[in-house]
Amino acid sequence: MTQIVKMKGMNKYFGKLHVLKDIDLTVEQGEVVVIIGASGSGKSTLIRCVNGLEEFESGTLEVDTHPLAPKSGNPKSLAEIRKEVGMVFQQFNLFPHLTVKKNIMLAPQKVKSTSQTVANATAERLLNRVGIGNQADKYPSQLSGGQQQRVAIARALAMEPRLMLFDEPTSALDPEMIGEVLDVMRELAKEGMTMMVVTHEMGFAREVADRVIYIHEGQIVEQGKPDEVFDNPQNERTQAFLSRVLAH
Amino acid sequence: MEFQFQFDWQAAIDSIPFLIKGIPYTLLISFGGLLIGFGLGIFFGLLSINKKWYLRWPATAYIEIFRGTPILVQVLFIFYGLPDLIGGPIDPLTAGIAAIALNSGAYISEVVRGGVQSIAKGQTEAGLSLGLSRTQTFWSIIWPQAFRRMIPPLGNQAIVSIKDTSLFSVIGVGELVRQGQIYIANTFTAFEVYFVVAILYLAITLSLSLILRFVERRGLASV
Repeated sequence: MTQIVKMKGMNKYFGKLHVLKDIDLTVEQGEVVVIIGASGSGKSTLIRCVNGLEEFESGTLEVDTHPLAPKSGNPKSLAEIRKEVGMVFQQFNLFPHLTVKKNIMLAPQKVKSTSQTVANATAERLLNRVGIGNQADKYPSQLSGGQQQRVAIARALAMEPRLMLFDEPTSALDPEMIGEVLDVMRELAKEGMTMMVVTHEMGFAREVADRVIYIHEGQIVEQGKPDEVFDNPQNERTQAFLSRVLAH
Repeated sequence: MEFQFQFDWQAAIDSIPFLIKGIPYTLLISFGGLLIGFGLGIFFGLLSINKKWYLRWPATAYIEIFRGTPILVQVLFIFYGLPDLIGGPIDPLTAGIAAIALNSGAYISEVVRGGVQSIAKGQTEAGLSLGLSRTQTFWSIIWPQAFRRMIPPLGNQAIVSIKDTSLFSVIGVGELVRQGQIYIANTFTAFEVYFVVAILYLAITLSLSLILRFVERRGLASV
């Protein structure tokens, strides 16, 4: 099995605040890892380190054989990693000045010098895949939150990533739109995409994850198959967290 | 003794052909200066938000100096002061354009800085996460959005600079006010002539406002 992500002894600080503590984590190709934990536990920071949106202070990180040193030590590696790792944000972060289709075409054209024709065809195919083929020429602000997030997923997929990072992709959505985004993610997982997902959607985690990781105050406290973690958590912190989030 | 003032419409109308000769200078100095000022504004505005202090400080110094001193002093300095330094005269038109360029450049730097900083950090993160370089992210994602937000304050600056050119009558550029002064020296119809001068400025600035409103509406429609 190929390991797409290898973290060893990773530490991250925001000033004096120790946000990630000695993180050891590997993600296999095709694996869906769901990271859960309370707000401020460091779970978003963890996946943001994978594509270098956050620097870390010590330890090692390797993404798809590209090593990333502390303090963004290898810019060349970082550039390669970002080409191969897609990311979906809580706030969608679509480009408001570009149409939906141009949002998707931008990176392939700029980064991979894909021709306009090919980029256009890819964009249309991906938009159909996420179920909004008829919205291609609209601007992001004309779409619902759920539709915007699906465009954001399509935009990341256009770079043909080897790994997809999801940073609370449904947290900013109205409840009735969460399902449509999770459906797209479920499909992706089925097709074998390697995914790291930070989410509060426990149902999704249980159903789609190959592995669930519970983070508490910057440490991986517990990890395992969804049934193990959800039905029989070993650590008392995990138990406390799950009883709080699963209670309602 | 009775004093009665009557607005002499004929005098006002008669002055128009002579005054209008000043408009090309007014426009040339304003727009020539603003064009260069826009370039300076982008350059120093972007430097002023650079992480490296040795790039940021000179930009900040430039902005503070030209924002913090009167444009009248700046143009007098350029026209009367600089020739001592460079050992030759500077023609008034060049001095005027340079003053507008340097002065508006300082203000536009701040407009650029504000515009760029107003774009959410998530936009940069989205660009970087897609594999775009910092430069690509800036010019294809941040700048187009920032520029749209900059249009109203840029228009404001253009109007301010157009009016600032009136001060350059002191160095003898044949712009609107200067033409008015020359005309009045011969006819003593100050009230009428300055009235016409004011109307002509208003005509220029109002036209610009209308154009800007149109541009703004078109630009914002897609955001």
